[in-house]
Amino acid sequence: MYKLLLCLRYLRTRYIALACIISVMLGVATMIVVNSVMAGFTTEMRDRLHNFLADIVIESRGTAGIEDAEMQMDRVRKAAGQYIAAMTPTIEIPGMMTFTDPWSGETYTAPIQIQGIDPAGKAQVGPLQDYLDSYNPVLEDGIEVRPALRSRKSPLGWELTAEGDKHFRMVQERNRMFLEDRQPEPPAANQPVPEIDSPVFDNEPAPATAKNTSSVAETPAPAGIDAAPQEASPEILFTNDEPAAKAADGPLEARIYLGEGLVSFMARNPESGRQQKIMMVQPGDNVILSTITAGTPPDVTKFQATVVDTFRSGMNEYDSSIVLMNLAALQKYRGMHLNNAISSIHIRLKDYSTSPQVLAALEQAFPPGMVNIRTWEEKQGMLLSAVEVETAILNVLLFLIIAVAGFGILAIFYMIVVEKTRDIGILKSLGASSSGVMSIFLSYGLGLGITGSAAGVFIGLLFVRYINEIEDVLSWITGRKVFDEKIYFFLEIPTHVNPWMVVWVAAGAIAIAVLASILPARRAAALHPVRALRFE
Amino acid sequence: MAEILKMTQPLITAEAVSRSYLKGQHQVPVLRGVRLAVARGEFVSVIGQSGSGKSTLLHIMGLLDSPDVGEVLLGGSRIDNLNQAARDQLRNHVFGFIFQFYHLLPELSLLENVMTPLMIRHSIFGFIKRRREIRDAALGILQQVGLEHRLKHRPSELSGGEMQRGAIARALVGRPEILLADEPTGNLDAETGAGIMELLNRLNHDQKLTIVMVTHDNAIASQAHRTVQLVQGRIQAAGKDAETDPQQRLTA
Repeated sequence: MYKLLLCLRYLRTRYIALACIISVMLGVATMIVVNSVMAGFTTEMRDRLHNFLADIVIESRGTAGIEDAEMQMDRVRKAAGQYIAAMTPTIEIPGMMTFTDPWSGETYTAPIQIQGIDPAGKAQVGPLQDYLDSYNPVLEDGIEVRPALRSRKSPLGWELTAEGDKHFRMVQERNRMFLEDRQPEPPAANQPVPEIDSPVFDNEPAPATAKNTSSVAETPAPAGIDAAPQEASPEILFTNDEPAAKAADGPLEARIYLGEGLVSFMARNPESGRQQKIMMVQPGDNVILSTITAGTPPDVTKFQATVVDTFRSGMNEYDSSIVLMNLAALQKYRGMHLNNAISSIHIRLKDYSTSPQVLAALEQAFPPGMVNIRTWEEKQGMLLSAVEVETAILNVLLFLIIAVAGFGILAIFYMIVVEKTRDIGILKSLGASSSGVMSIFLSYGLGLGITGSAAGVFIGLLFVRYINEIEDVLSWITGRKVFDEKIYFFLEIPTHVNPWMVVWVAAGAIAIAVLASILPARRAAALHPVRALRFE
Repeated sequence: MAEILKMTQPLITAEAVSRSYLKGQHQVPVLRGVRLAVARGEFVSVIGQSGSGKSTLLHIMGLLDSPDVGEVLLGGSRIDNLNQAARDQLRNHVFGFIFQFYHLLPELSLLENVMTPLMIRHSIFGFIKRRREIRDAALGILQQVGLEHRLKHRPSELSGGEMQRGAIARALVGRPEILLADEPTGNLDAETGAGIMELLNRLNHDQKLTIVMVTHDNAIASQAHRTVQLVQGRIQAAGKDAETDPQQRLTA
C-alpha cells in the first residue's frame, strides 16, 4: 500500500517527472501521427491500385491472347461462379501514342499501355465513373469551377460530350480550312511531311506518300479531315481506310479514354501566379496509336483514335501510361475480332477473402501454362512490399525516439533515487523490503509510462483528427502549401487510425518506461539502510 | 551478577558485538566486543562521544546493520543471522525507531506518515480491508502524543518537537516491543527536549515499553533507569544504578 501511495505522491510532487511524461508523450504522439498518415496514404494507394486492377486478373501468356472470350468466361463462371460478382474481358497491349501539343506545335510520341475495355463491364469491376473527367466536377481549392459534364446516371460509353463534340467539329473545320488554303499549290500535300514525327515517316516506303497524295486529290473533303497536317495526318491513310471514310461526318471508330498524366503538365499561370494543369489533348482531338497485331510474328499497326475522355485514378503509374480503348475496335485493329480473342479477364469477387479458393478453382479450370492467374496484390507485389518495408523501417526509427525518452527516464530516475536516498533508508528501518522499495520505483516508471502514453495517444489522435486544419495553419504561417493536393491528388491528407497500432505504440512506450526504471529501482533496493540514513 | 541477569532473561542482548567500517583503504573499528543486555520494560541509555559507536550499536540491535563478530539475541534466540525477509518483518513488528532528524517522509501528511508501518505490514487488499482499524490506531497514537490537531499537515509545516512526537507515534503505531531512539532530543531546544523525554518516560512507565536510547547528553541520559557509557567502541562503565535499580523497578 505504501508503495502505491508513495508512487502516486512522487508522481504528483516531482516536477522533473513531467519531463519524462512529456518525452514519452511526444514520442507516442509522433508515432501515432506518422503511422496514421502512412496508413492513410497506403490504404488510399491500395484502394487505387486495387480499384483499377480488379480483384483477380487472368492473363494470357503471349501477346496473341486467348481465343473466344465468351467461352473462357463461361469456364470461369463454371469453376468459381458462386464467388464472382462481375467480370469483364480486356485486351492489354503495349503501344505508342503520337499527339500534337497545340501550345508549342510539337508532335510527341509516348509509350503507353493500351487496354481494350467494355466500359460497362469495366465499371462493374472497378469504379471507372469516379475516374472519368466528364462525370466529375472540376474542383480548385475545394471550389467547383466546372460542373460534371455528364450526369452520374448516364451510362458509360464512347460518345463525346457536347463540349467534346464541339471541339471535334472545330478541329475538323480548322483542318479543312488549312488544307483548302494549301490545295491550289501542287506540292502542298507533301508540305506537312517535314512536320510529321520523323521516325514514323522514315519507316514508310515512298509509294505510301504517293498514295497519300492521290487520295487527297480524289476525295478532298474526308482526306482533308483525316489528313490534318498538324495532327500528323498521313499515317491514317497507311493503316486503315475505313475509319477515315467514316470520320468524315463524326468521331472515329477507335475511341479512347486517355490517362491524364500522359497529356498534361503543370505550369505556372503568369496572371494568377499559381500552378495550373495544362492539357495538351482534349476530348474531341484525334491521336495516333501504334501497337502490334496478334499475328506471329506480330506486325506494327497504326490507327487514329478520337479522345472521348480523360481519366485520373490517382495512381501516377496508371495515369501516365494507360489508354483505355473500346474493345471491339482494338480487336479489329489487332486482328483478334474473328475469334473474339482477348488477353485478360478482370474479375471482381463478392468477398475478397475467398480469393485463395477462387485462385485454386481457376487453376484447375484452365489448361496448365495457358494463362497467369493472379490477385491484384500479387500483381503489385513489388510496390506493396516496398511500402511495407518502408513503414516497418519508419516504425523502427520512430520507436528509437521513445527509446531516447527511455534513457531520459533512466537519468531522471537516478537523480530521484539519489534525492530520495534518506527516505529509502527510513522505509527500510520501518520494515520495508528491498523488493518493496524496488516496486515503488518500478510502479513510478509504470505510472510515468501510462500517463505519458495516455497523453500521447490523446494528442496524437487529436492531431490526426485535425491534421488538415493544422496543415492550413502551417501553410498560412509559412506562406506556402505544406501539402499540395495537386501533387498527391488528395483533397485532404488521408489518415487511417488502426486501433491495434495505437495499442501497440502505447504498450511499447509503457514497457520502455518500465525497463528504463529497472536500473534506478535496483539501485534503490540495494541501498544499505544505515548508509541511506546517514545520507544528509 | 550473572545469576540475576539469567533470572530476568533479557529481552534483547548484543553479545560481544564488533563492527568496523572501511574508510578509504583502512578498516576503522567502531565497536570492539560490546555486550549490552536489556530487560523487558527497561529504559537504558547509551552515552558516548561522537564516533564512539553508540549509533552503530543501536543499528545493529535494530537489525539495520549486521555485526562483523558477535550475535544479537531477541528473547534468547539469535536474530542477526536471519534472512532479509525475516529481518524486515522483525523491524516492522518488534522494533520502533526514532532518529535525531525525525526522518518523516516529506511527501506524506502526518497521519499518512504514522500509518506507514502498518501500510508496510499489510498488502494492498489487507490495508483496504482494515482501513478503518489502521486509521483508528494511528489516530489513537497521535492523540497520545498530543498531535491530533495536526493530522493533515506535511512534516515541513510542523515544528521540531511536533515532528519528533510524530516520529514517536510512527514508531509506536505497530505496537513494537522495543523502542530504539537515536539522539531523540539532539536537534531540539532544552524545553522541547524535556517534553520528549517526559513522553518517553511516560510510555516506559505506563505501557512497560522497553527503550534503548542513545545520546551524548548526560542530563538526558540520566533520566533512564540505567546508563551505559561507550568509549572508543567499548563499554567503559555502567551507570550508578545499573544492575540493581531496574530489577527493583521490574519486580515492583
